[in-house]
Amino acid sequence: MEWMAWTTPTAIFFIIIACTLTVFTVLAIKFPEAPRMGILRTETTRGDRLFITLLGSAFINLAWLGVVGANQPYALTVCLAYAVAVFRWV
Amino acid sequence: MEKTVNQKAWFLILPVLLLVAFSAVIPLMTVVNYSVQDTFGNNQFFWAGLEWFEEMLRSERMWDALGRQLMFSAIILAIQVPLGVFIALNMPKSGFWSSFCLVMMSLPLLIPWNVVGTIWQIFGRVDIGLLGYTLDALGISYNYTQNTFAAWVTIIVMDVWHWTSLVALLAFAGLKSIPDAYYQAAKIDQASRWAIFRYIELPKMMGVLMIAILLRFMDSFMIYTEPFVVTGGGPGNATTLLSIDLVKMALGQFDLGPAAAFSIMYYLVILLISYVFYTVMTNLDKKGG
Repeated sequence: MEWMAWTTPTAIFFIIIACTLTVFTVLAIKFPEAPRMGILRTETTRGDRLFITLLGSAFINLAWLGVVGANQPYALTVCLAYAVAVFRWV
Repeated sequence: MEKTVNQKAWFLILPVLLLVAFSAVIPLMTVVNYSVQDTFGNNQFFWAGLEWFEEMLRSERMWDALGRQLMFSAIILAIQVPLGVFIALNMPKSGFWSSFCLVMMSLPLLIPWNVVGTIWQIFGRVDIGLLGYTLDALGISYNYTQNTFAAWVTIIVMDVWHWTSLVALLAFAGLKSIPDAYYQAAKIDQASRWAIFRYIELPKMMGVLMIAILLRFMDSFMIYTEPFVVTGGGPGNATTLLSIDLVKMALGQFDLGPAAAFSIMYYLVILLISYVFYTVMTNLDKKGG
């Protein structure tokens, strides 16, 4: 695995992503997903909302880095608020 | 009737998962690892944090390449989609000539990218190329190695030549699936040619047309070989599109860290736009179906 040039932070990052996907897969099996219409005027399932959250969070982090450029962990607070909004209204 | 749920079916997609993990997920993870480190070769890495991302976000070079890339994709779509639809509308609907047109139009699609690049590179040369020589003889100044406008025209015309057929073939397939009854009804209503196109052909073609737009967008946004062979990204940086710049950075300069940060951002943009297209497409399908 040395050729993959692992670091602790990237390993933690991927473990969190893997755990999130596992949790959502288990949730999907236990409580089957039902599509619903949100503010984007398109049907989304729980999995879709997770995808929108993750993708949006990547852009929020990049925007924070480009515009603010300091205190990067605070961007995660914005991501959390964004995630709550996506799961509530999208 | 109750639907049978059998979770064992998941095992059937295991080979695909393994293949994707091997060819996409593991390399992508490696790129993420590279993006937060610096290396001077010898497989030795040093922690750099988010430095490369910051550098790339502030890099004029990347924003310029992104601008050129977006302009290229926008021009390609603006030409190929209407032209492809126009060709499909005017193609013979059946018989020998229909098959003949289909075969002729498939030919450019079968030619590999680097060969297309070489064909156009020679075609456009003023000394030995038919196009370049003819334009020069007509007194039109044309030199794609020195003139930015000529370079852009060449790579755009080349892409149009290579890929418009794909849009035309998909649009033609969409047109062929429209039952005759629709046209008969339009005739009874004395609908104009435009009205038939606007209210029958276009809505019925929309599904395949969206696929064509998605394919053409993704392909043009990731294009590398053809412009690289023809112009090499020049004159200057005039046709240095995102992937050309990325390869220069990663392999030419061996700046793996910045190149990895660059490719992650590139990937995110493609993922976002493809997701938007995909959502629009599925919504259209639901409306249509």
